[in-house]
Amino acid sequence: MPMAAARIEALIKEALPDATVEMEPLVDDNDHWLARVTSAQFAGKSRVQQHKMVFAALGERMGGELHALQLHTAVPN
Amino acid sequence: MSETNERISKIVNDADVVLFMKGTPLFPQCGFSNRAVSILDHCGVAFDSVDVLQDMEIRQGIKAYSDWPTIPQLYVKGEFVGGSDIMMEMFEAGELQTLMNEKQVAKAESE
Repeated sequence: MPMAAARIEALIKEALPDATVEMEPLVDDNDHWLARVTSAQFAGKSRVQQHKMVFAALGERMGGELHALQLHTAVPN
Repeated sequence: MSETNERISKIVNDADVVLFMKGTPLFPQCGFSNRAVSILDHCGVAFDSVDVLQDMEIRQGIKAYSDWPTIPQLYVKGEFVGGSDIMMEMFEAGELQTLMNEKQVAKAESE
């Protein structure tokens, strides 16, 4: 089952309340998304650690129903 | 250490650069794996690849080994670097090329 962008965004914000999350469709099928996540909590973390923080927010879904989620993480300027 | 972990450990330590992917570099079976191969080609480094679609144990085992839920996954000199998004972010920032130089990995043979 595809997952709506709003649901993905809500899960990320639940775990990282300060985050800004921008969802961009990669393909127009409501299933392939690019999430741009910016959070001060990423400061001082490696890219792998930053992505793992977002994976943790999405729990078991990542790699399963969310195989087609592309991820960009950044620290706010 | 489980048997699968030992196999994975041997794979990532036997070659400088290893890409766990779906399909093969010539015939990637997923867009993310395809992108990972392209990035490594652009870096001009020689790399080994493991087709996880051919090996269920590795396919599940590598996720636990790296604590990373998706494939592809890149290892350089036994160290987990990341998935295709991280590879792309690093490549665009010039960091992946720097990492390969610093780790002194073998260059791909020119054609």
